[in-house]
Amino acid sequence: MIDSAASSDIATGSAGLAASLRGVTKVYDSGVKALGPIDLDVRRGEFVSLVGPSGCGKSTALRLIAGLNAPTSGTVEVAHRSDQARAGASIGFVFQEPTLMPWARARDNVRLPLKLQNMPAAEANARVTDALMQVGLAEFADAYPRELSGGMKMRVSLARALVTDPDLLLMDEPFAALDEISRFRLNDDLLSLWRNLRKTVIFVTHSVFESVYLSQRVIVMTARPGRISAEFRIDGAEPRGEEFRTSAVYAGYCRTVSTALAPLHSGPLHSGKTG
Amino acid sequence: MDALQTPPSLAGRAAESRALRLARILLPVVVFAVGVAAWELVVRFDHIPPYVLPGPSAVVRTLFDDWPMLSLSLLTTLLTTLEGFAAAAVGGIALALLFNRSKWLEYSLLPYAVILQVTPVIAIAPLLLIYLPQHTAVIVCAWIVGFFPVLSNTTLGLNSVDRNLAGLFQLYGASRMQTLRYLKLPAALPFILGGLRIAGGLSLIGAVVAEIAAGSAGAGSGLAYRIAESGYRLNIPRMFAALLLLSAAGIVIYALLALVSHLVLRRWHESALGKEN
Repeated sequence: MIDSAASSDIATGSAGLAASLRGVTKVYDSGVKALGPIDLDVRRGEFVSLVGPSGCGKSTALRLIAGLNAPTSGTVEVAHRSDQARAGASIGFVFQEPTLMPWARARDNVRLPLKLQNMPAAEANARVTDALMQVGLAEFADAYPRELSGGMKMRVSLARALVTDPDLLLMDEPFAALDEISRFRLNDDLLSLWRNLRKTVIFVTHSVFESVYLSQRVIVMTARPGRISAEFRIDGAEPRGEEFRTSAVYAGYCRTVSTALAPLHSGPLHSGKTG
Repeated sequence: MDALQTPPSLAGRAAESRALRLARILLPVVVFAVGVAAWELVVRFDHIPPYVLPGPSAVVRTLFDDWPMLSLSLLTTLLTTLEGFAAAAVGGIALALLFNRSKWLEYSLLPYAVILQVTPVIAIAPLLLIYLPQHTAVIVCAWIVGFFPVLSNTTLGLNSVDRNLAGLFQLYGASRMQTLRYLKLPAALPFILGGLRIAGGLSLIGAVVAEIAAGSAGAGSGLAYRIAESGYRLNIPRMFAALLLLSAAGIVIYALLALVSHLVLRRWHESALGKEN
């Protein structure tokens, strides 16, 4: 349910922000304080990662930005183009699981967002084919999800998120369940998609290495309730690839972020020393 | 270690599973044949008169001799079952959709659906026969026993939609109708088909119960009525013949519904996929 009082939409072009969170908290019905308060600004076209231990509210933050849940307090603002009626239309969401409809072929899974918008069939078909091509699955368009590997299912899920041509891509630990080889390949493919399409990406992960490899900015979060404890700008050679992954600069960033994350794991006694 | 060599146990296991499959088909057939033969022998050697216990051969002969009458009765019962089943399917699914839409409606009506389900239908049938025309009463009986499995299974199915998929529909601003059509109904389909499979057999039971209850009123012509009537006339072979037809009808109904379920789900649902997948 989107609470209209708490979340509004940034007018196109203002300050170049894609999303902006101000004093946002989330307390679940069970009384669990999941998040905040946190403040977060994400610039248009930026690739930002939220990294932290499980239960630090990073997924909650993502769901709030998507409008899937309403914040308990504070404001969530998401920019959207003037030709789109709702913020949801300019957001693509990729879940930790592929979250595909098992009864529908890959093509029909990707088509879903367009079908829900009642887009004419001809235009929708062209877009679906494009999206599947972008993720390298053009020849598997007619396969059912069960016939695809874990990595391929994730690609279908990514294609579905891209098919509406969203400005903002929200990704909730999308590659966590994949083997390392598929994960590296999807990381590289995601980076090249990001370079070509210039989307804003907010990427949630618990992997320091993944966050540093992908992001321009890494945001470290603490657990219970989730707060932002540190923030790092990652300046790597562009475009990033295998060289960056094996470079000393990359290793250095990973060490820095890991150090910022480390005290969070050692219990409440040390939790004061962060950021 | 030679990785390319097939472990000897693999071929053995394949043969073993083939033998198991064969046994699953053959064993019931053998039991059937032995049972029928024993029955026939006991009847012949003990000279049991057919009005006490007819042998299988007498039953089969009656089946052929009385076929014109029995086939009409079979048709009547099947038609009643079909009508009751259709009512159960439509009623069960419609009620589940209403419950899914409104919690208030569910809280108000579900207890009565349960009461209707747990009260033995054989006890309700005589009452229904008082207030309703016989044909309608029989269909209502078939509906009463058949609709609950459809209702509860459909409800279960509608509630077991993937949470993230539901979130996705919300994100893209899907209407209630779109969510129902593209998400909830397809997700519930395996459950609905499971409910229908149970309802098919139960509808036959409901129809039979009502016919038996109506039997003394003497206006029916279905198979169960034939059984009751033949009992009064001590025409035991015909009782067995009618019973045989009822069993066959039940088996065919179940097999048909299982086939439909398999055909609908085979492309995507775990239950319809081979173990190899």
